[in-house]
Amino acid sequence: MSGKMERVTVPINVTVNGVKHEAEVEPRLLLVYFLREHLGLTGTHVGCDTSQCGACTIHMNGRAVKSCTVLAVQADGVKITTIEGLAPEGTLHPVQEGFREKHGLQCGYCTPGMIMTAVHLLETNSSPTEEEIRHALEGNLCRCTGYIHIVEAIQWAAQRMRSSHVSS
Amino acid sequence: MSTEHTATGLIGAPIRRVEDPVLVTGKGCYVDDIHLPGMLHLAVLLSPHPHAKIVSIDTSAARAIPGVRSVLTGADISERVNIPAPMVVPGMKIPPHPPLARGAVHAAGTPVAAVVAQSRALAQDAANAIEVEYESLPAVTDAEKALEPGAPLARTELDNNVCFLSTKTNGDVEKAFAQADHICRMHIASPRLVAMAIEPRGAVAKPEPAGDLTMWLSTQAPHRARADLATALGFPEHRIRVIAPDVGGGFGSKGPLYREYVLAAYLALKLGRPVKWIATRSEDFVGVIQGRDQAMTSELALKKDGTMLGLKARVVANLGAYLYANTTTPTQRMMGMAPGCYQIQNVHVEVAAVFTNTVPTGPYRGAGRPEAVLNIERLVDKAARELGIDPLEIRRKNFIRPEQFPYRTGVNVEYDSGDYEKSLSEALRLSDYQELIRYRDEARERGELVGVGVSTFVEPSGGAGFESGTVRVERSGEFTILTGSSSHGQGHETVYAQVAAEKLRVSMDQVAIRHGDTLAIQQGVGTFASRSAVTGGGAMVIAIDRVVEKARRIAGHLLEAAAEDIVQADGGFAVAGVPGKAVTWRQLAAAAYGGRLPRGMEPGLQETAFFDPKRDAWAFGSHVALVRIDRETGRLAIEKLVLVDDCGVILNPLIVEGQIHGGLAQALGEILGEHMIFGDEGEVLTGSLMNYAVPRASDMPPLIVGETVTPNPFNPLGVKGVGEAATNGAPAVVANAVMDALAPLGIDHIDMPYTAPKLWAAIREAEAKRKG
Amino acid sequence: MFPASFGYFAARSLEEALELLTEYGEDAKLLAGGHSLIPAMKLRLATPRYLIDLGRVPGLSGVRIDGEALAIGALTAHADVASSAIIRQRLPGLADAASVIGDVQVRNRGTIGGSVAHADPAADLPVILTALGASFVLASPSGKRTVAAEDFFIDFYTTALAPNEVLTGIRVPLPPSGAGAAYAKLPHPASGYVVVSAGALIIRQPSGQCASARVALGGMAGRPLRAGATETALQGKALTPQVIAAAAAKAAEGSDPIEDAYASAEYKRQVAAVYARRAIESAAKRAGQKI
Repeated sequence: MSGKMERVTVPINVTVNGVKHEAEVEPRLLLVYFLREHLGLTGTHVGCDTSQCGACTIHMNGRAVKSCTVLAVQADGVKITTIEGLAPEGTLHPVQEGFREKHGLQCGYCTPGMIMTAVHLLETNSSPTEEEIRHALEGNLCRCTGYIHIVEAIQWAAQRMRSSHVSS
Repeated sequence: MSTEHTATGLIGAPIRRVEDPVLVTGKGCYVDDIHLPGMLHLAVLLSPHPHAKIVSIDTSAARAIPGVRSVLTGADISERVNIPAPMVVPGMKIPPHPPLARGAVHAAGTPVAAVVAQSRALAQDAANAIEVEYESLPAVTDAEKALEPGAPLARTELDNNVCFLSTKTNGDVEKAFAQADHICRMHIASPRLVAMAIEPRGAVAKPEPAGDLTMWLSTQAPHRARADLATALGFPEHRIRVIAPDVGGGFGSKGPLYREYVLAAYLALKLGRPVKWIATRSEDFVGVIQGRDQAMTSELALKKDGTMLGLKARVVANLGAYLYANTTTPTQRMMGMAPGCYQIQNVHVEVAAVFTNTVPTGPYRGAGRPEAVLNIERLVDKAARELGIDPLEIRRKNFIRPEQFPYRTGVNVEYDSGDYEKSLSEALRLSDYQELIRYRDEARERGELVGVGVSTFVEPSGGAGFESGTVRVERSGEFTILTGSSSHGQGHETVYAQVAAEKLRVSMDQVAIRHGDTLAIQQGVGTFASRSAVTGGGAMVIAIDRVVEKARRIAGHLLEAAAEDIVQADGGFAVAGVPGKAVTWRQLAAAAYGGRLPRGMEPGLQETAFFDPKRDAWAFGSHVALVRIDRETGRLAIEKLVLVDDCGVILNPLIVEGQIHGGLAQALGEILGEHMIFGDEGEVLTGSLMNYAVPRASDMPPLIVGETVTPNPFNPLGVKGVGEAATNGAPAVVANAVMDALAPLGIDHIDMPYTAPKLWAAIREAEAKRKG
Repeated sequence: MFPASFGYFAARSLEEALELLTEYGEDAKLLAGGHSLIPAMKLRLATPRYLIDLGRVPGLSGVRIDGEALAIGALTAHADVASSAIIRQRLPGLADAASVIGDVQVRNRGTIGGSVAHADPAADLPVILTALGASFVLASPSGKRTVAAEDFFIDFYTTALAPNEVLTGIRVPLPPSGAGAAYAKLPHPASGYVVVSAGALIIRQPSGQCASARVALGGMAGRPLRAGATETALQGKALTPQVIAAAAAKAAEGSDPIEDAYASAEYKRQVAAVYARRAIESAAKRAGQKI
């Protein structure tokens, strides 16, 4: 229902990590705060206020987006994946595993956003070159690692995902 | 396959981090992830003005917003409440630093009013509804200008802008200069930088029913924060518990007790409700202590053959408008390493620490070290060029030699160990230096701007007194280790566990490392100055040795053997040469807590050590850079970078490499584009990521990392710090390479950052001069 | 950072969006991907009383060939423009520009219509669309009109859009065979926005002569600037590197570039020539010129 009446809150239906949620939200609520504060999914972080750092990256309908620059109301009817929903409990997605194997994180704050961007990259390009990986990370800032181990982590994951694809 | 489940071969192994499974799945807990029942939210209104009188503050509109619980201004808080700053230099001026401005603001970003409301959004709405009338005062932002006669007073309550003057003199400097064949002179300014930890600052303050206060802080130093908070509020320290949960980076900037942390605590106690404050990035840009901003004027006295005779350096350090507890640290660091890795005994260094109407400064990765390295390494290169000596030769001629260690320098500091020649040779080998020179010379013949730079540097680490460690053997025979040095990304839980497991002859999963909670942990200091392995590691190893010693005596008692016949074995102890006569840690713990002890021995199996090395650990390194500058656009490309660092014994090479990479990225920021700029009126021009350029993944240059290992003879683990290695060395080496590239145009100095427009303008000016 | 409160309407059709716009006029802002508007609202630089969300309006996204032009729906995301097979084949210069906007996440969410309507002088698409001679389809309750890029972009954040109009699509003329277009950008090292950029459309005769050239510059003024002197200098000339360099050197002629803390006007004039040259060279190559 579109309704011409101005409302204090707006109903939304969002599927997050496979679970359907119905909520009434203020129009000004940013998607990142809906995830963090309404759903308790605090793995998605906020690192800036100008849409640059990428710590808040999630997937909306399979695409990596910055959830600090989306209103929760815009996510009505949308499927969302956050870092918490990347792999079943107790397991790691190959990209998460790669970050651990290659020491792709230090303080861990940018990490969920980095991983979500990397997963999106590998879903669209299974064999990215180093340059393509660096380019794909242009919307994610890390202040700890110097990115080198992050690039190696993504290369490790790409390799792992390719070989598991072949073997299955 | 992995070494994580063995008890030996752990120290020095590239072990994957224990911390990571939690962090890669989004289960970390940072301050903003803490949600308490009944929690209220704090928003703080900051001054946009660099210097102004506050004429009036109208909070009525803010108070009228439903959901607003409290609105405070400076007038509402006792004048006794101030951010504490110690008297580091006798006689230094310490003007008041209230959590909310009282009557005037002296820098953009000064908190002016505080609002507590039911949600962050409402608190923000209310803060925006506060009307403040300011009356502008003249502002000064440049520290050298602040020293000029007639300069505006940054702090109107003072007579001038000098916080303190500090000097160090050694030898006979005037004589050295009188005897010199050549004096090389230079003025160099290091840009003001923003630490930009990706997690902004944050605090949750919770009043406890019995009147205690619990605070979760995004801090590098929980015990210090607790002590400073007690001082600031006049609240008993022993009734405060500070918890540093997961902390999303710090780089020095999360050392201080910030004003908003005090406000959160003050308001939580006042309202009897938990209060949360989370900084926005914009607030961090003007609220977090900033780095560098030292201007250095130096003279190096030399003989014709390049022998260095004496050094004079005058440093003007921009402190900003207010003092935090560690604001003066970079000035002291800079002075303590002014002669670098050279035998210069006749030294005069002076620092003028100056107030300006800018954001307060303080330690940022390097904290005075990058400034000192940049100064001496540029000076040495410039001197070599002026004397017509090869830049390698002048360095080698003046290096402190390996047999001279421990070596007392011209600023009266003792370096523990080093082999600078070996370090330089390794860097030259890895860079294929002669090939780089050939490449440069050929490019130069074609008129291209290509340069090669070299730099060798020292990196003091540790400092700030003691660190503590407790080793507790639990009843199960498992180990809990408490360290006063809390992690914010350095991998303490991994590296300490590696060391402890190896020393205790158990597997890593038998050891849990705990940190960051003043209730659980004995008094400690924190993590900064590359001190965790050096100082915290040392304390832990001493505590382990004590536990092992006591356990050995208990083992002797249980095994009915003399303590000196008892040796450590996997999982416990054994009688030397008697197979099968052994006791596990679990059995030892049972004895220790169950009373089966040697006569007169105190029960329990837990030891605490406080370790103060009373000296820095002097890591060092050599870097080589090859750069190219595009004449058309001024764009700087680093085509090759070789970093050879020596941090003594390496505990985990993966983590050491990570520290070097991260340190390099921050150095690159300084080199390529990071610069906090204030306008003519003192206004902030680079207050967001829209105009402050932090390096991205594609900015990293082709890199070769190498190492030499010179163990630290004064440390239980033989280690030296590595966290700041690349941050310290890389700016100087790229500066040397850039100046080498521009030397054919007659350019001998440009201050960093080397932005494309700046380099292009310098090239154009030089070309115009040559034509004209 | 939280936007100030506002009323929200999710329009389900263009007609509904136009009705709402008529009702709320200047108090309302249209929301597409939100990647220009929401950042401004978070910093409270923009505080609209009402938002009309176009996100669920059908028929406003996608790329198709419509006669002699390419028709791009206003809600088409930058990533879809950049990866569109038709665009990559027929108008790779437009794909160039769409692929250097912001970052991956911004391109996944930001839309061509949103960027064009926002008219940021440091945006990429207005520049290349001006070079390509694009026009914009504007709908209002009284019908539709089409406005050429030169008439659409007026000044900083100012366009020909009337308060009751919605930008529904972009029409880009399909270049004839022997034409090539390209985009070259010097990004700001922090924001990634344009410091200076150049878009070029070169129509080449089989002989190697330049039949016509359109060159537009970004970052130089409040709106994309046509580099008239450069275009004239190319006209009828053989597209050699020397000719291109000489023509590009005139790119900033007559301009008075906007300065900021990063780049001076003088620097912008210099790099305008460099990036114009790069764009023209790439465009000429795509037009079949060997350089």
